[in-house]
Amino acid sequence: MTYDMLLLRFGEITLKGRNRNRFEKTVYTHIKAVLKPYPKVHIIREYGRLYVELNGESAEELTQVLRKVFGIVSVSPVRVCPVDLDAIIETALDFLSERELPEGTTFKVNARRVWKAFPHSSQEMNHLVGSPVLRAYPNLKVQVKQPEIELRIEVRENGAYLYYETIPGVAGFPLGSNGKAMLLLSGGIDSPVAAWAAMRRGLEIECVHFYSYPYTSQLAKEKVIELTRILSRYAGRIKLHLVPFTEVQTSFVGNGQDNMIITLMRRAMLRITSALAERSGALAIVTGDNLGQVASQTLASMNVIGRATELPILRPLVTMDKNDIVNQAIEIGTYETSILPYEDCCTLFVPKSPTTNPNLHVVERVEASLERLPELIEAAIAATETVIIKPDTDISRISGKESREPVVQEEWF
Amino acid sequence: MIYWDHAGTTPPDDDVVSTMAEVMKKHYGNPSALHQYGEEAAKLLKKAREVCAAALEAEPSEIVLTSGATEGNNMAIKGAALQYKSRGKHLITTRTEHPSVYESFRQLEQLGWEVTYVPVDANGRVDVQALADAVRKDTVLVSIMHVNNETGAVQPLMEIGQTVKQRNHRTLFHIDGVQGFGKLEVSLKNWQADLYTLSAHKFNGPRGIGVLYVRRGVELFPLMSGGQQENGHRAGTENVAAAVGMAKAMRLGRERQPEFYRQASLIRNKLLQEIADIPGTVMNSSREGAPHIMNFSYPGVKPEVIVHALEELGMLVSTKSACSSKLSEPSRVLLEMGKDMSIASSGIRISLGRHHRLEDAERLIDALKTATGKLRPFIERKGTTN
Repeated sequence: MTYDMLLLRFGEITLKGRNRNRFEKTVYTHIKAVLKPYPKVHIIREYGRLYVELNGESAEELTQVLRKVFGIVSVSPVRVCPVDLDAIIETALDFLSERELPEGTTFKVNARRVWKAFPHSSQEMNHLVGSPVLRAYPNLKVQVKQPEIELRIEVRENGAYLYYETIPGVAGFPLGSNGKAMLLLSGGIDSPVAAWAAMRRGLEIECVHFYSYPYTSQLAKEKVIELTRILSRYAGRIKLHLVPFTEVQTSFVGNGQDNMIITLMRRAMLRITSALAERSGALAIVTGDNLGQVASQTLASMNVIGRATELPILRPLVTMDKNDIVNQAIEIGTYETSILPYEDCCTLFVPKSPTTNPNLHVVERVEASLERLPELIEAAIAATETVIIKPDTDISRISGKESREPVVQEEWF
Repeated sequence: MIYWDHAGTTPPDDDVVSTMAEVMKKHYGNPSALHQYGEEAAKLLKKAREVCAAALEAEPSEIVLTSGATEGNNMAIKGAALQYKSRGKHLITTRTEHPSVYESFRQLEQLGWEVTYVPVDANGRVDVQALADAVRKDTVLVSIMHVNNETGAVQPLMEIGQTVKQRNHRTLFHIDGVQGFGKLEVSLKNWQADLYTLSAHKFNGPRGIGVLYVRRGVELFPLMSGGQQENGHRAGTENVAAAVGMAKAMRLGRERQPEFYRQASLIRNKLLQEIADIPGTVMNSSREGAPHIMNFSYPGVKPEVIVHALEELGMLVSTKSACSSKLSEPSRVLLEMGKDMSIASSGIRISLGRHHRLEDAERLIDALKTATGKLRPFIERKGTTN
């Protein structure tokens, strides 16, 4: 099926009074960025919606690209024809011929005359187009309330727009319209989903990943860069902070408090992240915590761990079901990467029975006894490297492998 | 010598050979190992899988690396039959399939499965109506090849896929795509394929490796048990160098397909026309078939005699398929197409590669005229030379 345009609708952002303009502008910028690979298209801004002229690009492909843009509630592929009653009727008939119409399909025409110089009113148009359509397709049955096919016609000075499909978008808020937060990115299934959920709610995120080289492999680090790269498709670009965590982590080993090691690690991570947040001007920390999933995600653990930072901790997945998280991860394209089997720093030195109910006083006492801890945390912050990841970032270049020749040589393939 | 047996195997591309040599020397690590060499090998394997997937417009997770066509076909057919035996024990195929498909079905019959063999017409095309009638509630798998390895007959896969799925959406559709890839257009989506077998050495890749496409959501009972390689579908240390070589050959095969098709069609049309004009020839292939495989018979003359006579004249051609050509039995494929015993016992196959030119075809025709001229007294007159 060939279309001429896509109609993009904004959702709740249009309700936001004075901020509407700013929100719309953010979406517009985001859309322009994702449409960059399609130089033929042309974007037209209108009140509460956008039109994308396809000029020969694939409507199907662009719909898939655009429905992922945060802030877009739905996409409708549109046909454009000359502003002339006969042309409109002909286009409507042709349009419907490409769709299967089982007996009894309910239908109505909903015309809107935007260009008032057009001789037929909206009401008249419903009838003038509806009758020939019903004659041509006897399987259709008129129903005014909630028809299965609602053929919309917008009569404008420069052309008549016809459409009847509405493909849902991801909705949410435009990217970055609700401020910035840091995200703890482990490499598992949950944290990329949390990142996506936060971004959909209009947060700009910077990812923070802790690695324990040489105990964790190069591949674990590359996996996280790859996850960030996938996420950057939704954001255009994402900052990734890579924190060397080996020293801090090993300082917790062998204190006779092995069952508490995860609690101590998570608290150290929050401290380091808080410092990075201050540098970046972020006002919250997002995690993939999911209530009860592992020892560090019991309510008692969250309580003790969360006290290590003054920033609000946002947990978009906290009450979600694991299956729903997995499905979401598949949907956003991070799942396949997340399940690669490389150890991350959280799975190293894991005690046999990590505590699910840590005692804040004991934890604080242990931390106080580790004299070098503040210094190690400072060193980790100082040694953190920050990279900017975009959808087309070359991973092998960033992961900073000693400069041997690249393993994957393009000319081999 | 001019090599006319590309359906038997193809010469590997120079680039493929040099790439493999380099990879074998540089990356011998076991991809399952945790150390650096292992990681590097795993990375190469991942990239190879991605390139193979892209050539089929599939997901990397849908690509299972096998040792080639025989393993791929066995794995698909027996793996699906065993995995889904609770859904039923009825299978459908034709009698014109490659031995690795046909014999897999014969084995399953011995083990208690019921197999319906759908007939083909005189051109070797499946009777789709008969296929539709054969699909039942308990039909687990339908296996039909893309291009017949002996005659070049092309099956209407889109129509077959549609028919099968309409009759029973749970029935799996396996395609033996070995002779089609790189020659004809491939579209697993349009065909609604669930399983699709390829072998690298048929498209200028290395021997000993192939791909089985397993659509996401389809499970196969593994025929090789052991490690968890290939998502548990196939245990065994991966052949990284061959995987890389195959990936390259697959990318090139896909890129070159339209040009190959154009060029091979020109040559085929000439060959088909002029060979048919040689007295005594019975043509077993038609213009509706794939452009790179032609089959014809000289009834009454043992095909070996023609093969050796042509070899004398610098032309390497084959009889039947390589996998069954050493047996002096009539071709099951030709018999199924309704040819009589003397035709089915004397099939000669020529198959084209991407370097063949029209001049090569002229030389082949001349050689064939010379060879058959000497043998004329032995050739039975069949009258039909379509």
